[in-house]
Amino acid sequence: MTVIEILFYLFSAVLVAAAGMVITVRNPVYAALFLVLTFFSAAALWMLLEAEFLAIVLVLVYVGAVMVLFLFVVMMLDVNLTPLKEGFTRYLPVGLLVALAMLAELMIALWSRGKLGVDAFPVPAPNPQDYNNTKAVGEWLFSKYLWPFEIAGIVLLVAIIAAISLTLRKRSETKYQNPARQVRVQRKDRIRLVDMAAEDEQ
Amino acid sequence: MLTLTHFLSLGAILLCLSVAGIFLNRKNIIILLMSIELMLLAVNMNFVAFSRYLGNLDGQVFVFFILTVAAAEAAIGLAILVVLFRNRQTINVAEINQLGDERPAASEEPQ
Repeated sequence: MTVIEILFYLFSAVLVAAAGMVITVRNPVYAALFLVLTFFSAAALWMLLEAEFLAIVLVLVYVGAVMVLFLFVVMMLDVNLTPLKEGFTRYLPVGLLVALAMLAELMIALWSRGKLGVDAFPVPAPNPQDYNNTKAVGEWLFSKYLWPFEIAGIVLLVAIIAAISLTLRKRSETKYQNPARQVRVQRKDRIRLVDMAAEDEQ
Repeated sequence: MLTLTHFLSLGAILLCLSVAGIFLNRKNIIILLMSIELMLLAVNMNFVAFSRYLGNLDGQVFVFFILTVAAAEAAIGLAILVVLFRNRQTINVAEINQLGDERPAASEEPQ
């Protein structure tokens, strides 16, 4: 057993165990933290597959941004957890049954002497020392996949605007300035000239 | 020797775990969203493995786009969740039935 195999089984064990904890723990905060561990193990496995750029992106984008967003929302909402867990034992048998049936089917398809074995997909030689995965992905991204890349940017922009406009709210008790009204103000809004007769000095 | 089948099996196990998670936590929207993230991770694992064993970078570029869309999906999903909680004070899936007909919410189907 080589070092790479030992690392593969180690990170796979951590990955599967953490994913199992995500779906079984009671507290959503713990579930989010176990999901972070899952993503870290997946990033390590992608390193073994020599996809270094994606491994770093997974840690930066998922652990750094998406999971922190999850944790913010979980901690911001004051959720009563007791009614959310009541169907757990009731749906445990059917959930396990469906998952195990799917797993058995997939495993039969994968491990049977089919088209996915070593003969069809031989183990590739490791990349040379001066191979730069980030550069290679970047070259593909900015030449062959330029239009999808631009569209992905637009998708992110739409997501930003949608998330902000969904959660933005005006509190009625907060005092705030309206610069448009301040600029548009006229003389008659501020000064009222009163016409009255002069009074005699006594 | 690590073959493609090892990595595909890992992706299959991850996918089945997330399907089980959707079954087990069907009341809690937050865990449901996390299960969907796990499912996308399983798909990404397959893409990266195929990209490596085929010697083709298309798979890695596709994973990049999946990550982009998943980040946008998580942001909008959590924003909707926050608005939902602000209006209804619950994230229980069983109580979100405003679009349904006028059945009473407390009618539990017989076991």
